[in-house]
Amino acid sequence: MLKKRLLLAGIVFTLSAGILLGCSNQASPWSEAEVELMRTLWIESLPALPPDPSNQYADDPRAVALGAKLFSDVRFSSNGEVSCATCHIASKDFQDGLPLAQGVGTTDRRTMPIAGTAYSPWFFWDGRKDSQWAQALGPLENPVEHGGTRTFYVKLIQAHYKTEYEALFGTLPDFSDESRFPVPAAPIDDEVAAANWASMSEADREAVTLVYVNMGKAIAAFERTIMPRTSRFDFYVEAVLANDISAARDIFTADEEAGLKLFLNEANCTRCHNGPLLTDNDFHNTGVPAVADLPEDIGRARGAQQVLADEFNCLSKYSDAAPEDCKELRFMLAEGEELERAFKTPSLRDVANRAPFMHAGQFASIEEVLRHYKNAPDAPKGHSELEVLHLSEAQLQKIVAFLKTLTAMDR
Amino acid sequence: MNSQNKTIVITAVVTAVLILVGIFVLMPILGPRFMHPMMMERMHGGGSGTSANDLNTETTRMTNNGAFIVSFKSELDPITIGSMHSWILHVETADGQPVEGATILVDGGMPDHGHGLPTSPQVTQDMGGGDYLVEGLRFQMGGWWEVKFNISADGVEDNVTFNIILGG
Repeated sequence: MLKKRLLLAGIVFTLSAGILLGCSNQASPWSEAEVELMRTLWIESLPALPPDPSNQYADDPRAVALGAKLFSDVRFSSNGEVSCATCHIASKDFQDGLPLAQGVGTTDRRTMPIAGTAYSPWFFWDGRKDSQWAQALGPLENPVEHGGTRTFYVKLIQAHYKTEYEALFGTLPDFSDESRFPVPAAPIDDEVAAANWASMSEADREAVTLVYVNMGKAIAAFERTIMPRTSRFDFYVEAVLANDISAARDIFTADEEAGLKLFLNEANCTRCHNGPLLTDNDFHNTGVPAVADLPEDIGRARGAQQVLADEFNCLSKYSDAAPEDCKELRFMLAEGEELERAFKTPSLRDVANRAPFMHAGQFASIEEVLRHYKNAPDAPKGHSELEVLHLSEAQLQKIVAFLKTLTAMDR
Repeated sequence: MNSQNKTIVITAVVTAVLILVGIFVLMPILGPRFMHPMMMERMHGGGSGTSANDLNTETTRMTNNGAFIVSFKSELDPITIGSMHSWILHVETADGQPVEGATILVDGGMPDHGHGLPTSPQVTQDMGGGDYLVEGLRFQMGGWWEVKFNISADGVEDNVTFNIILGG
């Protein structure tokens, strides 16, 4: 009798345990909807690079080669020490790891990475430029970045890149006459540069600006070639799509998988970080704190007005695009409370290599960013889109573990 | 059976039950890999079960006061997240006559998130026969979107709202 009962208890225990473990063994942890969502985030879902109608040289290999040289040439700065590559460091995912960019002076914002930006309609944290070439020209005439003016730069082109320039863009005008082409001269806030610019003839100003624009188009052609690379996450998605959960679990740890689950669901991350670049290329106020020592920054509310007025925007005479190619600009949201302190959603690809975070490097670590999103504090100005997340510290750590899988790796 | 043996049996059964209950309770901590798919479904699936489920997502609707019947056809079918695209809006009177020369304003947003459309779509062309080209639409995240049209024609003004549910 006793033996029977012991046996019975043993059988019940073994069977229950067996059923529990057996039926859960390597069953997919993902619902159909989650798998489809993962597919949209997969790097293989990234479409072919769209053309840039505003830049007729965008896909010309000669422009790429010239742009690559200009990108790294420190002569194109007021102190001869700053190039694009000073802040956009290739070995650091084309950023600098600093809270505020350091050119010839210190800027008010953090350097943005470049990979995959050819897919974006807007540039800078506030989207005040609408093409890669217009963006590239911004820092060149910013007094704290490269610190020069366009007459200075076109003379450098004449001195060092005449052959390459002419092979691509045609005859380079002669800018050597100092009285016709004074340095500094540009339509910028600097008093001397603006006065010199005003003293020049309309035709000379036009000739200078055209060469300056072509510089931007060459740099943009190079930047277009900087693409995001495959990450461990992409291999995981590939395995899940092939329904090979066992292979997927060789790629991700349990924590990384749980972090991805939270990323796709409770943490609401894909509201903004969606698509294969993990950005919606839009602008959001997420209540990021203001930095005490910096001037007030209203983000997109100002950037939208700036791009509408920009001399180099898609509808400008320097753009190669037809008006029907300028839909982003023509149908841009230009006003509204939601633009107040809204900043561009950055891609999360390689995010683990890109501390500090946010538009002025406000957060030193991913953990700090996630705690901010969990607590959803009020915005210093405007209205934060965040909602409080009911997540534990352990769950935040799992999301961190997942985010680290977005780092590029070579196959 | 003596009481000592009885105690052993009870202890064994209680232990087994405790272990099984323990595994169930600890499942969320052990991680999803130990979980049956059906249970995962209960935990996470249907998570989008918000007000969106009961929405009218028809692409032909009568305006709020019954003045017009409005339908739309998207250039993108299905509509994908993040893509700039256009719609053709068709406007008829309640008795089926196409409405030409209407003035149409576009608005919308995500009611659950409290934000508007990420772009400023506009009617750019009266194509005739009651058809209007709406350019500049883009939805940059998954979820419930509203696209609203304010239509004025022949001294009559009315409004219609289309609900769109995007996955992701």
